[in-house]
Amino acid sequence: MSSREIDEEFLALPRHRLADAAFSAATATGASYADLRIHAITTEIVHLRDGELETAVLDRDIGMAVRVIVDGTWGFASHAGLTPDIAAESARHAVGVAVTLAALNAERIELADEPVYPGVEWVSDYRVDPFSVPTAEKIAVLQDYSGRLQAADGVDHVTAMVTSVKEQTFYADTFGSSITQQRVRTLPVLDAVAVDAAAGRFESMRTLAPPTGRGWEAVVGDPHSGGHWDWAAELAELPVLLAEKTKSPSVVAGPTDLVIDPSNLWLTIHESIGHATEYDRAIGYEAAYAGTSFATPDKLGVLRYGSPVMNVTADRTVAHGLATIGYDDEGVAAQSWDLVRDGIFVGYQTDRVFAKRLGAARSTGCSYADSAHHVPIQRMPNVSLQPGSEDLSTADLIARVDNGIYIVGDKSWSIDMQRYNFQFTGQRFFRIRAGELDGQVRDVAYQAVTTDFWNSMEAVGGAATWRLGGAFNCGKAQPGQVAAVSHGCPSALFRGVNVLNTVEESGR
Amino acid sequence: MIPAQDVVDLALAAAAESGRCDETIVIVTDRAEASLRWAGNSMTTNGVSTSRSTAVISVVHRGDSAHVGVRSSSVVDPDAVGALVAASAEAAHAAPEAGDAAPLLTGSGEPPDWGDPIPGTGAGVFAEVARALSDGFGRTDRLYGFAHHVVETTFVGTSTGVRRRFTQPTGSVEINAKRGDASAWAGASTPWFAEVDVETMLADLSTRLGWAKRRVELPAGHYETLMPPSTVADMMIYLNWSMEGRGAEEGRTALSAPGGGTRVGERLTDLPLTLFSDPHAPGLECAPFVHTSASTERMSVFDNGMDIARVDWVRDGAVSALAYPRAAAAEFGTSPSVPADNLLMTGGQASLADMIAATERGLLLTTLWYIRTVDPTTLLLTGLTRDGVYLIEDGVVTAAVNNFRFNESPLDLLRRATEAGVAEKTLPREWSDWATRAVMPALRIPDFHMSSVSQAQ
Repeated sequence: MSSREIDEEFLALPRHRLADAAFSAATATGASYADLRIHAITTEIVHLRDGELETAVLDRDIGMAVRVIVDGTWGFASHAGLTPDIAAESARHAVGVAVTLAALNAERIELADEPVYPGVEWVSDYRVDPFSVPTAEKIAVLQDYSGRLQAADGVDHVTAMVTSVKEQTFYADTFGSSITQQRVRTLPVLDAVAVDAAAGRFESMRTLAPPTGRGWEAVVGDPHSGGHWDWAAELAELPVLLAEKTKSPSVVAGPTDLVIDPSNLWLTIHESIGHATEYDRAIGYEAAYAGTSFATPDKLGVLRYGSPVMNVTADRTVAHGLATIGYDDEGVAAQSWDLVRDGIFVGYQTDRVFAKRLGAARSTGCSYADSAHHVPIQRMPNVSLQPGSEDLSTADLIARVDNGIYIVGDKSWSIDMQRYNFQFTGQRFFRIRAGELDGQVRDVAYQAVTTDFWNSMEAVGGAATWRLGGAFNCGKAQPGQVAAVSHGCPSALFRGVNVLNTVEESGR
Repeated sequence: MIPAQDVVDLALAAAAESGRCDETIVIVTDRAEASLRWAGNSMTTNGVSTSRSTAVISVVHRGDSAHVGVRSSSVVDPDAVGALVAASAEAAHAAPEAGDAAPLLTGSGEPPDWGDPIPGTGAGVFAEVARALSDGFGRTDRLYGFAHHVVETTFVGTSTGVRRRFTQPTGSVEINAKRGDASAWAGASTPWFAEVDVETMLADLSTRLGWAKRRVELPAGHYETLMPPSTVADMMIYLNWSMEGRGAEEGRTALSAPGGGTRVGERLTDLPLTLFSDPHAPGLECAPFVHTSASTERMSVFDNGMDIARVDWVRDGAVSALAYPRAAAAEFGTSPSVPADNLLMTGGQASLADMIAATERGLLLTTLWYIRTVDPTTLLLTGLTRDGVYLIEDGVVTAAVNNFRFNESPLDLLRRATEAGVAEKTLPREWSDWATRAVMPALRIPDFHMSSVSQAQ
């Protein structure tokens, strides 16, 4: 929670009048429960190609959603208009949808209990509102950063992009909660490409600065001047590493010891733990689309997910986390809990409906909708691997490896529909020889089965190696919804992971 | 809400009155959406929504340079239009030179249907689907799936006199059926739900689940594989998304040729395959003009309102075109080519049943999933087989096989395909959030690369 306040423009909306109108109409037409959400998302995308502006778009999306329960069946309707009449009409539409489709519903909707929070506000922790920074200034910063990369030897092309988001919600329900919230997030990315036209090859390398629940301070400055990221160092280092990568040997495929940096491991956590521990998936609610999970309820408290050094928590509370919030989209207060403890699978993510189905006393507060026009569903909280009690550095982990690879930065990802088989690539692959880094290799992917991989984790770094990564574009549900989520982790050492040579994989 | 056409007029009038910018483009899209989702033989989520997006693109000329500002909003209050126009103009004044500048199109005037009412949709569109599903829910197979209908009507107006309108209906039904450990999938794309036949889909699913009575475990390896139309669509859509001319010209895509230039002209296959997009393709009609609020390597805001023609991306087996907005086409000395929102491939004759009958031993896929780039230099993609890999022996399907992770490039699939089936309408499963309009053949690949086994069912 920061000392910032919610924008006056949002507070000036007739929030409570809309809620009153919707709830009156809903209950008058047969709803036993109703909630109303006003959802505003302001997004600015600035994209430069080779230092030239390709696009700069600022979009404001705002609307209102009414969700009702009629005789145990959900109904949902949304509208772009924000008047009491439209709120009442939307409530009646939602009741109509529930009645029309009731025959298809075989499971009576019930919500887990939650205290009521009337008239509360919450704002995320950021220093510089990204929408207080003029677009021209954003473009100028990206031109500067692009220019530094383009000026370096061996860099042929540079793309630069920053995405800034402000999300504001007003939530109210017929239990009596009314919650107004505001948070921001920022995603800066630069990508440099080296082209070998004669050989018909190219290599690229991307910055490691993560998306974060911060404001413009994530894009400028450095930690010494109050910024979040050391941009000067990152931009100076990247062309050197890219040039080295273009000359590096192709990797030898086979079982390989890996030290994985948090800048890569966060995404493996996201796919193989984050999605696998969604309770709605585990019981089949995403079966036709995102898939199910090997981590089924019968394995809760029993399954050895990973080695004893594996401790994974879920939270919606970590500072600057992309899934961090005060209250979820069902009015449940943010919490923190265990998913994997000492290597054993112990927890799920839930919303109010699935908490009830699981037999839990309370939702873990994971309900989220990505716009007014989408139904709230169970979405991922920040899911993070905890550091070890022993204060190991990344160099300490590398020192334990005789012949292996240190993987830095995420790139490509893919995992099957039950979260068993995954394959990831990365940005930088440093060969480890006799406990020390020895140049880069290229054409690397690693492929494993989730529980084999996490059980091969021999050691995790200490708190000093822990970093928060994340993504803006986690997809789930139909109609498709996107959510931003963070994952913290230390560096970690894995033994005997299957490494592929991607050139050989293509049959060349 | 005031009519969308009035928003176009309001915004253009406000821009003209303020005189802050030289040219203005307004794009208004009204969107009506209905959805129905089910799992384990029960409805899970549903909804209807009504929304509008208004984008104002301002252009300021300074000597030979053009500067662009874009602001868009879903606010429907007409009093907010003036502020949106003003913010867009201010952004244009503050912007650096646009690299994709081209003269705005002129003068189409209002088309005859400009003022017609705007069609919508609602939960009622699913009446027949719901009836058939309700029957299915009462049987023994477990059903999961989604029905979705979106009707978007887009209006483009410019200060140079362009007025264009198009209504895009987009619908789909996907059903996943499970029996024991077996899982099968059927999907259909439809503009208005008139021809969706859920009963036939359920019967097809039952047949496929029956194929899984016998189950065979196979290891990773290279297999003769029949890719049905949905899987071909998912791979070809990714290929088409990777066909920007600029990237290829600059040596940074798989369509770049060794030694410089692009692969246009390169023969991929001796099969007479033609991959194309065409806004007037029967049953797959889509917007026949450019409407975009953001410039990319495929589209430019300066081209708003421009006709989109049929483009043959691959013609008779050879790479034939790449995507160029007007400015990029001029820069690289070629013609503009803009992708329409559909994709078709033709050139085969055989039915899938005939292709199965002609297979001594091979795999028949159902759908692909989680497709991502592994190596952009070859467009090597990874992904999973999903909801039905079947073993063909001596011309008949004899068993279900475990799933696999594959590593394959769509370019290499075209290079190695030995047979193409007849083109048919299909729903690309992986990309159906973005692309539902596809007509594709089945392909026979003699050595499809299954990189590892997936335990997923």
